[in-house]
Amino acid sequence: MKKFLIPLVLFFGLVAFLAVGLKRDPREIPSPLVGKPAPAFSLPTLQGDKPFSPADFKGQVWLFNVWATWCVACREEHPLLVEFSKTQSVPIVGLSYKEIQAADQANGPLSDEAKLGLARERSLRFLQRQGDPYKLSVMDLDGRVGIDYGVYGVPETYLIDREGVIRYKQVGPVTPEILENKLLPLIRSLEKS
Amino acid sequence: MKRLLLLLSLCAVTAWAGEAQPMAEDPKVEARLVVMAEELRCLVCQNESLASSHAELAEDLRREVRKLIRDGLTDAQIKTYLVERYGDFVLYRPPVKPLTWPLWFGPFALLILAVWGLARYLRHRKALVHQRMSETDNAQVESLLKE
Repeated sequence: MKKFLIPLVLFFGLVAFLAVGLKRDPREIPSPLVGKPAPAFSLPTLQGDKPFSPADFKGQVWLFNVWATWCVACREEHPLLVEFSKTQSVPIVGLSYKEIQAADQANGPLSDEAKLGLARERSLRFLQRQGDPYKLSVMDLDGRVGIDYGVYGVPETYLIDREGVIRYKQVGPVTPEILENKLLPLIRSLEKS
Repeated sequence: MKRLLLLLSLCAVTAWAGEAQPMAEDPKVEARLVVMAEELRCLVCQNESLASSHAELAEDLRREVRKLIRDGLTDAQIKTYLVERYGDFVLYRPPVKPLTWPLWFGPFALLILAVWGLARYLRHRKALVHQRMSETDNAQVESLLKE
């Protein structure tokens, strides 16, 4: 055996490991929720006074999109969601995540009603201007539901099947590539079954 | 330069503002929270623990853990609660399971491999030295020195 090849092989092995390691996104954490039932909740909606809970959508495939008007990356994916809602039959439910931030309460804490009012007003204005891809949007003001869904970086998108099981989780904005290569094929196969 | 200094001083001010967080009423709960939060990772700034992070999510999660402590859950139950939502990633000490075996035992396997390699190399070298100093070699050296 040629001895001088050993360090060379070791070196390339190391380079391969590092190359793979560096290309991976450290923010992408495998969610333990994929394959599990979507956590239940009941929250007020943006539009009406009847609260929404995931059980209401049992029997259909739907997308659950975590967003906020203060979230810059959400604006990036917003046109794609609007386009999706126009061309696809799968409904998108929005989760307005912690719309009221600490800065909004710099002049003293707001009451829960005031928070909800302000959050609704701001979200509606945003959706009027940018287009509204959501069948409905629920208001998670304190981020409690966000914790149940393991939200740590808005925007996040969950695909939920007919039985109410989470099938896919996207952390960060949905890009046309992710939509085309991952979400749409999954949606098609879920709708067939 | 002046501008940079100004910017830095502004950063310092905001950092101070972050530290003035309201403390929980119950010091016992707070003590348990601090011990546990050292072992938990903040998911937003991943190299910080939940105890030291100023990220808003860390604040929310601390509030959540405080509530769970008050509800009477054990440390293990609280950790399970967080792992169910965020995965093993929230734990700074990953659990030992088949997926993490390379992580836990890999270094020892590498060490054993290295020791084995070293032993092999040393034995080989020793053999070489002995070989070199054979009788004929000695005789040759002697004769060369005489000349």
